[in-house]
Amino acid sequence: MPTLHTVNKSPFERSAMASCLNHVTDGDSVLMIEDAVVGARKGTALADDLRDRQRTCALYVLGPDLVARGLKPDDLIEGITVVDYAGFVDLAARNMRVCAWL
Amino acid sequence: MAEGSTKKFLYINRKAPHGSIYALESLEVVLIGAAFEQDVSLAFLDDGVFQLAAGQDTSGIGSKNFSKTYRALGDYEVRKLYVERESLAERGLSEGDLMPITYEDEDDDYAEKPSIHLVDRAEMARLIRDADVVLSF
Amino acid sequence: MRFGIVVNEGPYTHQASDTAYHFTKAVLAGGHEVFRVFFYHDGVNNGTRYTVPPQDDRNLQKLWSELAEQHGIDLVVCIAAAQRRGILDESEARRHGKSGDNIAPGFRISGLGQLIEAGIEADRLVVFGD
Repeated sequence: MPTLHTVNKSPFERSAMASCLNHVTDGDSVLMIEDAVVGARKGTALADDLRDRQRTCALYVLGPDLVARGLKPDDLIEGITVVDYAGFVDLAARNMRVCAWL
Repeated sequence: MAEGSTKKFLYINRKAPHGSIYALESLEVVLIGAAFEQDVSLAFLDDGVFQLAAGQDTSGIGSKNFSKTYRALGDYEVRKLYVERESLAERGLSEGDLMPITYEDEDDDYAEKPSIHLVDRAEMARLIRDADVVLSF
Repeated sequence: MRFGIVVNEGPYTHQASDTAYHFTKAVLAGGHEVFRVFFYHDGVNNGTRYTVPPQDDRNLQKLWSELAEQHGIDLVVCIAAAQRRGILDESEARRHGKSGDNIAPGFRISGLGQLIEAGIEADRLVVFGD
């Protein structure tokens, strides 16, 4: 019964991402949207933790939000998947529920 | 999924009261939602635990002190308030800092029982996984 | 699949309404159904027709109204939240003795029960906020 978690805050400013990651269970998906996409970059203070998390949950980032902030798919931590809004809808449909971390 | 038309609603409260309207308007949804006879649980984590703090007094800031409403939730059949232990500890709080919130159990000679349940982080994660609908505030 | 969508912030200050709009369009493009879009908290401010953004910027209220017109989507503004923030339809304006209403085309004002109903009726409820 996996969950899609959405996070929309930069992990460098707010605790939403940390709190989300503290509450994911095996098989869940986490989608970074809006300002949260800056947390998907490689080389950040959060990168090691996010790489570890990928053993139990799948990480996604919303492409239009990424590009809007001057980030490129090449800048991302390995294994993070870029999706568009249609991919966001697919993720919501594929999981049993959507939990927003605001 | 729960049987029939009953779904498990989980309200996630992560913000302190009074600095923004989210706590108050979340409570308003809970009160209205109670009439729909769904399976309702309230989760308080991160700064949301401050919503249940005892001794709130808003007279100095001019806004409505809605904290007393939480104590009436039992009358609305809202009896499952889950407070995350780690969130309390991180903020230097313990259960004694929270308002006593109880309900009368009609199946047990109207005995007063606590509505607040302390859960650890892993249990909170399970509550999310078990919900049909998650409303975040 | 049937989606319920909740918008908890107004236009422009936060991205929530934009993201919800693009998500809603993608839901429809994907052949899914939108049961309802519910506007709560400052999200009710998406439903005033009195916004006049600069011409080179998007007009979120218009975008929502057009989506409602094209796809028959139910856009519901929470009455309690709307009253606090000055969003009125004709009957609410009359009831409270206000000189005019400002609800935008395609939006309607109703109670919080509509949010709970969306949670019950939709297969997925997706919340956008800040």
